[in-house]
Order: sequence, then C-alpha cells, then structure tokens
Amino acid sequence: MTDTTDNPYEGLYGGDASHWAFGTGFEDPLATLGDTRVPEGVDPRDLAAYAVMLADDALVLSHRLSEWCSNAPDLEEDVALANVALDLLGQARLLYARAATIDPESVPGVPDGSPVPAEDAYAFFRDAGEFRNVGLVERCDEDFADAVVRLLLVASWRLAVMERLRAGSDPVLAAVAAKAVKELAYHRDYAGRWVVTLARGTEESRRRVQAARERVWRWRAELGATHPVEERVAQAGAGVDPAAVDDEVDAVLRQVWDAGDLDVPPREAVPAPRGRDGHHTDALTDLLEEMQSVARAHPLGRW
Amino acid sequence: MTDVKAEWPLYEVFVRGKRGLNHVHVGSLHAADDAMALRHARDVYTRRNEGVSIWVVRSDAITASSPDEKDPLFAPSGDKVYRHPTFYEIPDDVPHM
Repeated sequence: MTDTTDNPYEGLYGGDASHWAFGTGFEDPLATLGDTRVPEGVDPRDLAAYAVMLADDALVLSHRLSEWCSNAPDLEEDVALANVALDLLGQARLLYARAATIDPESVPGVPDGSPVPAEDAYAFFRDAGEFRNVGLVERCDEDFADAVVRLLLVASWRLAVMERLRAGSDPVLAAVAAKAVKELAYHRDYAGRWVVTLARGTEESRRRVQAARERVWRWRAELGATHPVEERVAQAGAGVDPAAVDDEVDAVLRQVWDAGDLDVPPREAVPAPRGRDGHHTDALTDLLEEMQSVARAHPLGRW
Repeated sequence: MTDVKAEWPLYEVFVRGKRGLNHVHVGSLHAADDAMALRHARDVYTRRNEGVSIWVVRSDAITASSPDEKDPLFAPSGDKVYRHPTFYEIPDDVPHM
C-alpha cells in the first residue's frame, strides 16, 4: 500500500471514518519472508532451544508487567506497562512458533484432544523446570521502582541482543528481531526516564529507586553469562553471544545512572544455579500456577 | 528537590492520523512534565496505530470560550448562508475544497 504519512491530502476522499478510530496499515513482521528453512550449519535442537530462551524471557516478564495493570501509580502508567507487556508477549508468540517449526519435538505434549497451537503448548503446558528464562525476569516486584529498574536492565540487554540478531542467519529470528528492536527501544526509553525521574525526584523516590536497584542488581550478571546453547548458536551465525554485548549494556546503564546521579554498582558473580538451565525460584512456580491455571483447567478450550 | 504536588497537571492531547489533515483533539491525561505527557499520549492514544504525530499542551494554557457567550459569538453567523462558497463553480482540478 502507498505510504500516506507525508502527504496528508492523499486518501481524504473515499476514506473510511473508522480509520480515525482504529488506524490502518497494520504490519505482519513475517509477511515478506520467503525461504524460512533452518540455515545450514546450525543444530536445529540448539536453535529451537535458543528461540525458547528468548521467548521465555519475554513471556515471564510480560506476565510480571501485566500484574501492574490497575496497580500502577497512575492510569497512564497502567496502560504504558500493559503496552510493554503486550509487545513482549507478541515477541514470545513469534519465537515459540519458530521454535516449533525448527524442532517439532521440542513442543510440549498437551492433553488429548487439546486444540491449542504450539505457542500455547510452550506457555501453558511446561512446568517451571522446563522454562529457560533468566532469573531476573521472574522475581516479584516490590514496588514501582523495582518494575522500572528491572525493565531498564532487561530492555537494555534485549535491545543490544536483538540489534545483532537482525543480521543472524535464521530468517525468522532476524525478522522477529527487526520488529523487537523498535519496541525495545521504547521500553528502554520508558524505563530509563522513570529511573532518572525517581532518582532526581523526592528523597523518598530516590531512596526507593536505590533500594530497588540493590535488590535487582544481583541478577544483572546472568544476562551477560553465555550459556552453551547461546555459544553454539552464536558460533553458527544464527544467534548472539550475550558476552559480546555486555560492555555495551553496561555503557547504556551507566548513562542512566549518571543522569540520575547514582553511583555505578560493582558487578556481582553470576547466580548459580541458573535460570537458563531450568533452575528457578519459587517466584516462577507461583507465576506459572496463576498464568497456566485456566489453560490447564480447560485443556479442550478454544481461545 | 522541587516542591511535591499531590496530582500531576492535566494535558490535552492532539493526534494527527495517518490520513488526517490536521491534529485532532483526542482526549486528556495527567503527566508530571511535557516529555512524560508526550509518552503517555503515545501509550494511551496511539495504541491502535492511529497516529503519526502528537501534540500535547497543558490544559491550563488553553483559553476557551464560555458557554454563556454562545449566542453573541456564534448565533450571528447562523443566517448568513451567503458566506458559504456554494455559489461558485469549483474547477475540476481543485480537489480539496
């Protein structure tokens, strides 16, 4: 379709009034893809596991952010956090769907007769031990400062990864990354602004954001610690080695700390055991219990 | 540290749609400052792909006509149909009139 962005006169005639209410020109990030075969030289099981790691990060954080809906400091922040959550949910769906095409055996079994698609099988029919998200995304927020500090860390890291993944050899992961980069740039901006606002606000808001960062910071190191799956997929040209973006992430975070007049916290050791290996805190078990309850109670339901 | 106010100020939001000629008033919201108002407007009013440009302005910066003035302001133009350009032939190559 023609882009009418720069010529508002275009299309005034014969227009549909509903355009004003809902907008048009929605894009399918995978629409222009031709060949979607798994690239040569990559172990399909590794590539699927890699897609599931990125998807699990997005799904679990999406759920944590959605918990803010109706609980945020202001109606506008309810909507803002829900938007971020939906962006991440969209990334998770595409990544799960890709994992299922790459390695059908990785799709979890669902109850007999269940009509749910593969993406739902990953989300609703795996237990905590099968999730491969980093520990950072599963922890409970204690307050709004927790939410924005955690989002700043995840969005900064994920943006750096997705920027490189756009050039990866898997066409679908590259297309998902291209879509994700635009979303994550906004998430990072949103979170960074709030961290600075709180840090330079009142004594109480500064105390809160500093306390939140102390709580969240121990999970920072895992983001930069390469898992063997990430290493193999990156070496094959289809993924990104997190160690390669670690300094860049630190530089971005340092800008935010500086703007908020916060000191630069020292790096801590990688938490062990790791979420990427399926070791999780009770927080994830509780989250999944709630998130999966409806799908598991009605395994034959259509959604 | 600046003084703390109980509530964020109100802003009015104007969005130009992809097919829209002008920015159109779409609603209002609360925000702590102009930059936050712009981002809130993006989050609240352009979620369904409505816009390509946003204006925000503090509500208290708008001077509005009063309903009491309705008659003196607007009634006088109600019977002056000759002010409409309906008595002219519009050339075919003038599309947007």
